[in-house]
Amino acid sequence: MAYSDEARASYGRDLEAIREAGLFKEERYIRSPHAANIEVEYPAGAAGRTVINFCANNYLGLSNHPEVVAAARAGLDRRGYGMSSVRFICGTQDIHRELEERLTAFLGTEDTLLFPSCLDANAGVFEAILNEQDVMIADRLVHASIVDGMRLCSAARDTYKHGSLAHLEEKLQEHQDKRYRLIITDGVFSMDGDLAPLAGIVDLAEKYNAMVFVDESHASGFIGRTGRGTHEHCGVLGRIDIITTTLGKALGGASGGCVSGRREIVELCRQRARPYLFSNTVAPVIVSGALKVMDLVQASTERRDKLEANTRFWREGLTRIGLDIKEGDSPIVPVMLYNAKLAQDVARDLYGEGIYAVGFFFPVVAKGQARIRTQLSAAHEMDHLERGLAAFETVGRKYGILGKNKDEIKDMYGL
Amino acid sequence: MDELKKAILDYVVHEYLDEDGDETITADTQLISGGIVDSFSMVSLKRFLEKKYAISIPDRDASPEAFDSVTRIAALVQRLQQGK
Ligand SMILES: Cc1ncc(COP(=O)(O)O)c(C=O)c1O
Repeated sequence: MAYSDEARASYGRDLEAIREAGLFKEERYIRSPHAANIEVEYPAGAAGRTVINFCANNYLGLSNHPEVVAAARAGLDRRGYGMSSVRFICGTQDIHRELEERLTAFLGTEDTLLFPSCLDANAGVFEAILNEQDVMIADRLVHASIVDGMRLCSAARDTYKHGSLAHLEEKLQEHQDKRYRLIITDGVFSMDGDLAPLAGIVDLAEKYNAMVFVDESHASGFIGRTGRGTHEHCGVLGRIDIITTTLGKALGGASGGCVSGRREIVELCRQRARPYLFSNTVAPVIVSGALKVMDLVQASTERRDKLEANTRFWREGLTRIGLDIKEGDSPIVPVMLYNAKLAQDVARDLYGEGIYAVGFFFPVVAKGQARIRTQLSAAHEMDHLERGLAAFETVGRKYGILGKNKDEIKDMYGL
Repeated sequence: MDELKKAILDYVVHEYLDEDGDETITADTQLISGGIVDSFSMVSLKRFLEKKYAISIPDRDASPEAFDSVTRIAALVQRLQQGK
């Protein structure tokens, strides 16, 4: 047997180490479709419980929208279940191209190419367009899939301090000897909920002859006045060279991602990007649902407006009850607890109060920056938010952290 | 503190610490295991050392352990400068 006792024992020790470090991840089984209220079985085998969900990326509440579901069902009838092929052999239907065109119009770019996921888009895009003569300069808090994509690319790598235009400028100066410079950032940062300073970034890109890449996974559909994204919010529509985004969050929440941007760059991805070339096409049922999502987000801003109002209410509410939140313009609202154990304890007690939100701590976020990340949705009604705030108040009081600032929480709980 | 360590410490402070943060570090602060520098942003430190001290740091020497404090980095630079 090739799976030796030694291998088994050593993997077992690795798992034990993960457990001891408090980093062991367990899935929670959800028995209902996604909505503000979900039925969760946790721990496995326990009776199902209905809790209010504050940790989904279901920003627009479209994950189980009846019109999206109906469109997906119709797509299933008309175009079948599977494609059994990558895109360029026999995996492209008319609706794939239609969705790409819809995304191009929505994002305000020149062209778009679908990928199996945004992780795949990020994994493939850099290698397709850059080589040893070039440099990639990334914000230090970009998503893990961007880090992976950069590692797969032979261009030089550099990073700048999170959100720091001054540091980015130094890096651009330092790399003037390269052929191409690509600035890489998330539009909305998933752990902090803050926005990249895209106006300043685009200006620097022009000054120092660089291209700009933005991952809009936590922005597409709701950030900006008509929900087109961080570039709309920052007034730089049309000035971003490469956008990647996902269909797996606000835009229906199923799966799929894309690279959207300058025509030649998108075409080079079609020719060279490995996840596009070597992984199966997005299923017709998902493409059909996503086309309906595009109809909905382009027909009305009602859902993103509701999300914005919910976000404002939630941010004001948490602040009023005396919790320490990270400021920002997005529906990702981190409640700062600094101490990792405290974050876990608070998340567990919130769950006891019927609120599902997750604690994050090192290495997912920096040491001493543990937090509960809450995410708002247009699916939340006032009643959900009020119950959420009441639960945070109860649990916050129990741990004596209401009205306490960072230093006071650190004094009470350490780091 | 000798000049080599001071130059490296200055670079690390400028390159990795928040301008408005309250963090202070010394030559013995754990950089990588302490979560101040991650392996992803370590590349600029390596490039700085190679350029400033006219050395080439082979991948096997650019380990998280060897880069874990200014003192260790200075030792690595000295060793490579002496051609060992
Ligand atoms: C910023 C960012 N980019 C990319 C992804 C990956 O998207 P997908 O689920 O489509 O692979 C995520 C999802 O977690 C993300 O947060």
